[in-house]
Amino acid sequence: MTTKLFGTRVQRVEDQRFLRGQGRYVDDIDAGPHTLHAAVLRSPHAHAKVLEVHVDDVLDLEGVHAVWTYEDLADLSAPMADPLPLLIPHPTLTHARTQYALANGEVNYVGEAIAFVVADDRYVAEDAVGRIRVDYEVLPPVVGIEAARSATALVHEDVPGNVGARMEQSNGDAPAAIAGAPHVLTLDLTVERSACQPMEGRGTVARWDRDIDRLTVWSSTQTSTGVRAAIAVKLGLDLGQVDVVTPDVGGGFGVKINHPWPEELLVPLAARLLGRPVKFVEDRREHFISSAHERGQVHHVEVGFDDDGRLLGLDVEFWHDHGAYTPYGLIVPIITSTQLLGPYKPGAYRVRFESLFTNTVMVTPYRGAGRPQGCFVMERTMDAIAAYLGKDRADVRALNFIQPDEFPYDQGLIFQDGRALEYDSGDYPASLEKLKALVGWEEFPAFKAEMAAQGRQVGIGLACYVEGTGVGPYEGAHVHIETTGKVKVATGLTTQGQGHATVFAQIAADVLGVPLADVQVVTGDTRRMPYAVGTFASRAAVMSGSAIHLAATRAREKVLRIAADALEASEDDLEITDGVVSVKGAPASSIALGTIAVLSNPLRYAFDEQSKMATQFSVGDPGKPPVAEDDEPGLEGKDFYSPERATFASGMHAVIVETDPLTAEIKILKYAVVHDCGHLINPMIVEGQIHGGVAQGVGGALYERMAYDESGQLLNASFMDFLMPYVTEVPTSIDIDHLETPSPLNPLGIKGAGEAGVIPSAAVFAAAISDAEGFSITSMPISPSELFALRRLHQEEPS
Amino acid sequence: MKAGGRSGRLAVVKPAPFEYVRPASLDDAVAGLAGDPGAKVLAGGQSLVPLLSMRLASPSRLVDINGLPDLDGIEAGPDGVRIGALARHADVLASGDVRRVQPLVSLALANVAHATIRNRGTTVGSIVHADAAAEMPMVLRLLGGSVDVAGPGGRRTIAADDLYVGPMESSLHHDEIAVSAWFPALGERAGVAFEEVARRHGDYALCGVAALVDGDSVRAGYLSVCDVPTVVDLTDLAEADLGETALARLDPGDDIHASADYRAQLVRVLTARVVAAAREMARMKAAP
Repeated sequence: MTTKLFGTRVQRVEDQRFLRGQGRYVDDIDAGPHTLHAAVLRSPHAHAKVLEVHVDDVLDLEGVHAVWTYEDLADLSAPMADPLPLLIPHPTLTHARTQYALANGEVNYVGEAIAFVVADDRYVAEDAVGRIRVDYEVLPPVVGIEAARSATALVHEDVPGNVGARMEQSNGDAPAAIAGAPHVLTLDLTVERSACQPMEGRGTVARWDRDIDRLTVWSSTQTSTGVRAAIAVKLGLDLGQVDVVTPDVGGGFGVKINHPWPEELLVPLAARLLGRPVKFVEDRREHFISSAHERGQVHHVEVGFDDDGRLLGLDVEFWHDHGAYTPYGLIVPIITSTQLLGPYKPGAYRVRFESLFTNTVMVTPYRGAGRPQGCFVMERTMDAIAAYLGKDRADVRALNFIQPDEFPYDQGLIFQDGRALEYDSGDYPASLEKLKALVGWEEFPAFKAEMAAQGRQVGIGLACYVEGTGVGPYEGAHVHIETTGKVKVATGLTTQGQGHATVFAQIAADVLGVPLADVQVVTGDTRRMPYAVGTFASRAAVMSGSAIHLAATRAREKVLRIAADALEASEDDLEITDGVVSVKGAPASSIALGTIAVLSNPLRYAFDEQSKMATQFSVGDPGKPPVAEDDEPGLEGKDFYSPERATFASGMHAVIVETDPLTAEIKILKYAVVHDCGHLINPMIVEGQIHGGVAQGVGGALYERMAYDESGQLLNASFMDFLMPYVTEVPTSIDIDHLETPSPLNPLGIKGAGEAGVIPSAAVFAAAISDAEGFSITSMPISPSELFALRRLHQEEPS
Repeated sequence: MKAGGRSGRLAVVKPAPFEYVRPASLDDAVAGLAGDPGAKVLAGGQSLVPLLSMRLASPSRLVDINGLPDLDGIEAGPDGVRIGALARHADVLASGDVRRVQPLVSLALANVAHATIRNRGTTVGSIVHADAAAEMPMVLRLLGGSVDVAGPGGRRTIAADDLYVGPMESSLHHDEIAVSAWFPALGERAGVAFEEVARRHGDYALCGVAALVDGDSVRAGYLSVCDVPTVVDLTDLAEADLGETALARLDPGDDIHASADYRAQLVRVLTARVVAAAREMARMKAAP
């Protein structure tokens, strides 16, 4: 009897390979013995005119095959001279700017690509880069939100005020509601920059096969179809001439959904023009200064509430630092502005933001994608209200929750996908009760007093979030049952470590009644599934999971149709167990899936035993063509899933911290998570996602920042000085409890889980540290040095 | 010759061209250094190799001393501990004799980076790399140790007090190789202690302090608070005055990880803690 795999803790099928060092990442791809290697000359200045690039010294260097600057691009491929695409335009993004593949007369951040060198190996390529001379006219740099707003200098001279976009959304009349409220508070809150920092950076390998006029590209990306389309257009090729394959990807966390990167176009261009494979793998410093960052925002909040702490009006204005360019549009600030509301009913709500240019690395989504900032703002506001009214922080939150009987709940705003911000399902009061029990919320005051008696300082915080997951437009799946009975599943979105090969196989195996080991999943290969969107926005399980369920169901329908014919039974009487279709109650009357696959194809060479076995069955109508008009040969199912709107997962975190009264060091004593992503496909994988998210959140809250100096140099562009937490800095245990409120929007009732763990980190740590210290933390991340300074400040000016 | 071979698999490690020599004798190693003003010694490589890979350092020649005989000794005698130039941190840390003769060496080594770095990195290499944020230079100085060096003119001994002349700068001549380091034994009635505060486990410390209490003498060594490893005499001071007295002789600076104010606080807190701990150790040893 095949047991149902959905919902069980199936071991990840990919881990043996990864743990044994057998993963195949871009740098492992062997594109041939004559592979050339690329290196990039990057701007040392945050803002400068590029007057002239002298490459004469490099052209004669032995082993150098190509040296390109912007001046060369138009001749190589006309579309390459245009700016890189604006992937996601928006009407309010009135001053969108994207960079060129190689700088066209101006550089706007340290790290912007200026020249591209292709050589026999990376050493020679780097030697050549070092010998290129550039004449710059250095311009005043704009670094940080304050400098951007002051606009004493401009990043782009034709963008007044450094403002790329101004956007406003509202539901009701917030200023009026606040003016009429019994109590009003204002808060000023800041979140600094961090970055995804996947262990594997960006990388691209390309090979042009002149025998078949076709380009194969391997790229470490979160969207193979997007990269494919971009390469085809920019290189002037037909889409059908370009294949993009995503090998194992050593983490994405958002940065690899932005595309095409300059190198993602220049590498295939060089491969085609030079007739040899070309490889580029960025190093860590390049990743710091030439990929993307996120998080930097400054918020001003006005909130009006009643005597109980019920929100009457919420008015938020914020400034979003999007760096030098806007290839990914306004996705991050739009998410902040909408998801800020979390599980709450804000009363009247107005949000306004400006998205600002600075001479720093551009900003594109990083796991959480604007939500950590919004969550921080909302949750600091909740804590401020509780402190002001002298009420329990959990009670104030509970009072403002959307109730279980109010779903679907329309927040009256437009979400990032252009659809209504309508929550499909959830049970926030139940989550809160679980969290309070898990962390020991009621018992904490006694613990705090006990610690205080020992001279120790502890604090507790909690934070709630709602995350729109599984945004459209679609994903597809192709399921093929081979004559061996093995099932091949292809979906177009990519995998960067999530365990898709396991959970997608669970879904297909359940539908088709086959053992997990008989299902093999391929992702991110445009040869296998040319229509796909990508892996971001916690969408893979919802989108491809649903598509695979639908495609496998179609394959199952065909299986049953042929089996019914072969077994001379009714489809309704059939069941599939362990890869064999049998008549219920008559197990002797059965046929293996592999045999059905043979029968599904009228071309029957007897290559193997399966083919011979199939001869004992007779299917089809001898009076009709071998392949009926509405049928196809083969045992396949293909389908697409396209939801009306996103499905909204939710969760709540709580943390207990201890702060050292002398050294201001911050120690995590307990971390608790309650998470609701609907039906769990694999609880172990969901918990792994939460563990990883919490670890990343600890980094963002307590360790990481982008230390730009006033000239726009990134001072900590290495893992020595950019402090990602080690395992020693992450809580040794994370207590997790699940709630399963199914989504009504997809056939499996699932919601996304990929980003959840990181969203409330800044909020929950700020709350706990505030509780330990007795003053409010308003800027994150926070280091011991900063906490020490705040203590001094609050001793001098007691609030 | 270009280093590292030409396999695409190694493409992310990409030093500028350099000459590589691996001498079999100390004389040849010294000659190798003397013959090229741009030459550098390669021992454990834990500081140098990352600098090469990032092209932040581009020596014209690397003199790899890992083939030299008899330089990996760890000898602990009644007078002290002598550590050879090729002895790895991990081996020194694992030595019970070292811990017994001069426990401060072991206490400090446990704070040097991570196990993987300690497996290759050499203690002597760290000492002559002269990083004021590193543990072992400060410990050598606090204990009044020394370094034996070999050069074209023969051997000489440099006292720790004469070793550190500026930020990341030692008094070794370009053509000299550190052969060993000497840490005097802990006095019979002396006590030591070490504590540091780092942002993450194994990171360079924001501030680290070691104390040596011997009879009336109280001295403390500081890392990451001055340009060079610094020792301050705290003899005959009241408990409450230790930190401020130390601070008056130190110059804690700002960087992206900590303000000068915060470092000063760590100096106060850690000085009091390590002096108390070292006193306690001395007291326990003196107890019958």
